Amino acid sequence: MSTLLLDAEALYTDLVRGVRALLKPDTALVGIWSGGAWLAERLQRDLGLGGAIGVISSTLHRDDFGSKGLGGTDHTKLPFDVNGLHILLIDDVLFTGRTTRAVINELFDFGRPASVTLAVLVDRGGRELPIEPAFSAARMTLPREQRLRLARDDSGRFSFDVKGESGDAA
Amino acid sequence: MLHKRNPQLNSHGELVHLLSIEGLPQAVIHHILDTAGSFLSVNDRDVKKVPLLRGKSVFNLFFENSTRTRTTFEIAAKRLSADVINLDIARSSTAKGETLLDTVANLSAMHADMFVVRHSESGAPYLIAQHCAPHVHVVNAGDGRHAHPTQGLLDMYTIRHFKKDFRNLTVAIVGDIVHSRVARSDIHALTTLGVPEIRAVGPKTLVPGDLREMGVRVCHDMAEGIRGADVIIMLRLQNERMNGAMLPSAGEFFKNFGLTPEKLLLAKPDAIVMHPGPINRGVEIASDVADGRQSVILPQVTFGIAVRMAVMSIIAGNDAK
Repeated sequence: MSTLLLDAEALYTDLVRGVRALLKPDTALVGIWSGGAWLAERLQRDLGLGGAIGVISSTLHRDDFGSKGLGGTDHTKLPFDVNGLHILLIDDVLFTGRTTRAVINELFDFGRPASVTLAVLVDRGGRELPIEPAFSAARMTLPREQRLRLARDDSGRFSFDVKGESGDAA
Repeated sequence: MLHKRNPQLNSHGELVHLLSIEGLPQAVIHHILDTAGSFLSVNDRDVKKVPLLRGKSVFNLFFENSTRTRTTFEIAAKRLSADVINLDIARSSTAKGETLLDTVANLSAMHADMFVVRHSESGAPYLIAQHCAPHVHVVNAGDGRHAHPTQGLLDMYTIRHFKKDFRNLTVAIVGDIVHSRVARSDIHALTTLGVPEIRAVGPKTLVPGDLREMGVRVCHDMAEGIRGADVIIMLRLQNERMNGAMLPSAGEFFKNFGLTPEKLLLAKPDAIVMHPGPINRGVEIASDVADGRQSVILPQVTFGIAVRMAVMSIIAGNDAK
């Protein structure tokens, strides 16, 4: 049982506000697979932005390939030319920063964006790389072994999936 | 327990070598095909390279000549950022009398991480996989008449791409099946993936009756063999593997078993025509068919690179234990 109470929908409302403040002309939302992609999809709609979002996955640039192997299939889909765009990366949970590093590398395989910014729902601390979000709807410190990620139900509502507390398998 | 284990899989059931499709679980095959799908899109990027095998050395050991397969493995490894070393073994160490295992031991001492092996003797890649260091991975790029697993997998990728589901298909494999490691790998893969009807089509000298034991329908008549088929896999007449006269002539073969536009009408209207290449126009396939709208021979080549990237990246990421 989780004692952690996080209202994903309330945080999402804050995220909408934060992302709106970060928008510039020529901004494209790119969601980090999978939770970030759900958020970006809904943000695109709620912010009334036209066109399709980009989805980016870290699979092909992960730094733990040597120890963990290929973690799944690649879901990257960027339906626009990234050259010259202001890319706003969206993620559900920011932790070590390694996924962000990997997706930035992935992004640059497609071209040279004008800038790359990051907005997240939750910054849970524990960074292992010099990566900071431009906006986070919540900041907290969680034990390393605890796993936190976004879940989405059939109606599209968000909640948090928490595992690894009090000795659960992380 | 250990001796029962498939030598390609580690104790977690993960792929560490690719030696044969025989005995590979369906889930492993689908995982390879799914992963290949991811790599196909790498070709559309500005940077057509991903860093998964950065710092790894892939040795292409071709004890038997092959330009095409070696090149596609080389491209696949380079797109994964590996260093690729091509060794024309047939003309070097072996000619000087070195044994296979001594050659492999020497190359391992040069810090190889992966061997891509083609050999005229069936089982050579198995032997190498059994004797190489635990961190080294082996891919069979064709051994004797035994297996050509990456060709089998790229054929499955092609079929899945065009037909989506294996479970309602009729697949005809036509031609020189007795000499074909591709046919053997295809039959194992199609069976594992649940294809209900697999036909082996060709003259008695090239299509042995014992194929029936593999659950295959043997047809010595072309019309019977391709009637109603969803997929036709044409094989090359392997002149270099034929000792003695197994056929009256290439012309005679084309007349009876060559795929012409007229014969193709017997298959389903949306049937696809495949061929592992190189094709012999006018021997096993008519030009009109090879270049026709039902031919997927060139997509096979493109898919082949993605499938080989998938195989190499999956095995390189799994520990031998």
